[in-house]
Amino acid sequence: MKQDDDGETVADDKRASGLTRRRLLIGGALAGGALLVGYVATHPMETAGALLSAGGRDFEPGPFGPYIRIESDGRVGIVNPQQEMGQGIHAGLAAIVAEELDADWDKVEILPAPVDFSAYGPQLTGGSQGIATHWDKLRRTGAAARTMFVAAAASRWGVGQGEISVSNGVVSHPSSARRATFGDLLADAARQTPPQEPTLKRPEQFTLIGTPRVQRKDSLPKSTGAQTYTQDVQLPDMLVAVVAHSPRFGGKLARFDDRDARRVTGVVDVFAIETGVAVLARNTAAALKGRDALRVEWEKAEAEHRSSAEISTWYAELAAGEAQGEVEPLVFESRGNAEAPQHRGAFETTIDFPYLAHAPMETLDCVAQVDGTRVTMWSGAHHATADRVLAAFNARTLPGRVDLNVLMAGGSFGRRGALSSDYLVECMRIARRVESRPVKLFWTREDEMAAGYYRPLAHHRVAVALDDDGFPADWRHHIVSQSLLPVGGNAEACEGVAGSPYFTTASTVDCRVTSPDLGIPVTFWRSVGHSHTAMTMEHVVDQLAARAGRDPADYRRELYRRAGADRRLGVLEEACAKSGWGTPLEDGWARGLAVHECFGSFVAQVAEVRLTEGRPIVRRVVAAVDCGIAISPDQIAAQVEGGIGFGLSAALYGCITINDGQVQQSNFDDYPVVRMNEMPAIETHILPSAELPTGMGEPGVAPIAPAVANAMFALSGRPVRSLPLLRGTTANLLPAID
Amino acid sequence: MQFELTVNGERRRVDEDPQTPLLWVLRDSLHLTGSKYGCGKAQCGACTVHLEGRPVRSCSVPVASVGSRRIETIEAATGSPAGPEARALTRAWVDGNVPQCGFCQSGQIMSAIALLRERPNPSDQDIDRAMSGNICRCATYSRIRAGIHTAAASLRSGAA
Repeated sequence: MKQDDDGETVADDKRASGLTRRRLLIGGALAGGALLVGYVATHPMETAGALLSAGGRDFEPGPFGPYIRIESDGRVGIVNPQQEMGQGIHAGLAAIVAEELDADWDKVEILPAPVDFSAYGPQLTGGSQGIATHWDKLRRTGAAARTMFVAAAASRWGVGQGEISVSNGVVSHPSSARRATFGDLLADAARQTPPQEPTLKRPEQFTLIGTPRVQRKDSLPKSTGAQTYTQDVQLPDMLVAVVAHSPRFGGKLARFDDRDARRVTGVVDVFAIETGVAVLARNTAAALKGRDALRVEWEKAEAEHRSSAEISTWYAELAAGEAQGEVEPLVFESRGNAEAPQHRGAFETTIDFPYLAHAPMETLDCVAQVDGTRVTMWSGAHHATADRVLAAFNARTLPGRVDLNVLMAGGSFGRRGALSSDYLVECMRIARRVESRPVKLFWTREDEMAAGYYRPLAHHRVAVALDDDGFPADWRHHIVSQSLLPVGGNAEACEGVAGSPYFTTASTVDCRVTSPDLGIPVTFWRSVGHSHTAMTMEHVVDQLAARAGRDPADYRRELYRRAGADRRLGVLEEACAKSGWGTPLEDGWARGLAVHECFGSFVAQVAEVRLTEGRPIVRRVVAAVDCGIAISPDQIAAQVEGGIGFGLSAALYGCITINDGQVQQSNFDDYPVVRMNEMPAIETHILPSAELPTGMGEPGVAPIAPAVANAMFALSGRPVRSLPLLRGTTANLLPAID
Repeated sequence: MQFELTVNGERRRVDEDPQTPLLWVLRDSLHLTGSKYGCGKAQCGACTVHLEGRPVRSCSVPVASVGSRRIETIEAATGSPAGPEARALTRAWVDGNVPQCGFCQSGQIMSAIALLRERPNPSDQDIDRAMSGNICRCATYSRIRAGIHTAAASLRSGAA
């Protein structure tokens, strides 16, 4: 591996990049018959990298680094450092490399990255940041590799590099009709000095990005049962562990009687761990039967005992200033004179949001084997870097001794991103007690529903006075919600409100967030704060438009123009045009509109809704998307479709309630989700854009609840004051499609 | 207790508690992990297999109740040789990029195979009826619907 040891250049680069951009350091030799290309760390956080990898072997990325591996038969392996949980990130990232490399997309294979901070920096998946984070780095990697093939061919054929072209993995010199594949040139290319600032394509030169050819690569194994998830890991001598958890959050184990459990055929061991009582058996059925036979008593004294109804009432009091002094609010946006009382007649509303479970199809699971100080794990880990450190800590070893095999996850929606990695830590605590035998921790659906990590319950109180033109003059907003992070001022609860273009006409703005501390564990949930802020802002705006006597699209249009919110305006116009906004629908049907920015992407949705005995039936949703340069139009559409289905499930049914500290829901019969018969037809329209690409895993989720609520408001004149719309409904098997 | 099961055309002898759900016998004892656990109470369909050709939720079928009935799992249904419905559906799933996380798709395909065998030209209502027992949390439902229509059309045209 060639190293650039020019310290001066490194220092300049660090200054220029604000210590954020990794340098492109590329070597040139073959490794195992393959050519490897990529970034290697002279990382500003390399000290942290050394710590996080302590105890491990030195990462050996080969001559071309950790991102590209080209085989002599022309196959191009592109390493995916992100977690694939359905969002299709593997294809998006690979397409960025393949575009600049001019690889043959059909010969591109995706390789899961090893967990290695020194090679990949922090490996975490969240906030729809995968594409945005890797865009620049992967383009340069692909372009550098391409340049090396061009140089190799030019040298071999004795022609100028400018006379050479590359297309679909074939390097050619058109004027002499000479051609060579990547495989033919592998050894020569590996000897080239890689360019540190390779020339990148202009967007209009893209031949792969933005085309329907960029499709996910995992559809076949996922359609035949061949894809391996953590649930499917089977190892010799493996034990299956299930855990009896406290029925209340924070409840401590008092005592347990495992005599009957141990009599169950197949049960191998029963012991207490920090989170409850673990039952280990030779197979899942025996572990579950053993757990059923346990008798466990729990201490209630220190457990969280409040009900969700009490919490809701308390939040409303906090927002209304009736419980002052209990928890101090934090002002997150302020303008004008908020000390003065708002003039009478202002529009006022409150909206309540429940706790929500993620309910991914694959319940939480993890496999770990501890052999002395060596740990091998299999997990659909979101935060591989942190998960490895947590695993090491709990196995009493060094992070570098943990081999974490990141498998595809059967959904997650944020659940596996809980910062505590509770399930993974629980698995480690069991595995370290079972020296050398692999242990698969398995959670049932009931475990997953009741054991927490929810989208937090939230309450919004909004009061808006309008000016003479009917636009906001004075906006007061108070959000009450648990914070997902111990620091940062609960910014996650405010995203989607902070900096809203709807404040543009207001001379007074006062936005506050109150963040009570409760024992109910909360975490990221697909679209995070936007899952409640989009509903609040977009439903309020429709009600303001009604007050002003304006059409909801016109009202937004004017506010976006005044705010200079051009990208919102763009998706609004597209969604209106494609949905036939303003044209009549059949009797009983209405359209509802919502427009929202989420993690840098803009989505507008128009839903067509009817009310049948008060129940909203959604038959069609037209979505318009601006996510910058669209890398995979097909996967963007897939994420919008899936996001709408996921958001609609929450809007219609999603509700975790707690009574006497105990979660009341247990499975899909009392936590219903949208099924085939309720899925609307969806059209996704992507706006052309030359802006930097942004993610689409989450932005499709947030607008559907307000789009449906706004249609219901148009039909009934009654605003929505709480979600879910069908609280307490347990059956959703009514035929919904005419 | 010993049971002799007919799984994917083979006789398999297993030693299980009679109440053990067929799903765990398939997954843990026979290592056929294509059928997934999603709910354990016939709510989500991720564990769907065919019993005498009919779709059942294997998480809620005690092994003792299977008897001599033929069990077919996703591995055989989409393996080689696959039936015409499975071939057409798998192709439509790949061409239409149906899966996202993919965890439910074994069950979706098994339900869809059974639907197409019974109704080669299913209406949207037929699809609702046959498929509403299969949850997809990624909500790939519209692509599943389109995939079933595509597969049905290719079967009618003889392309599969």
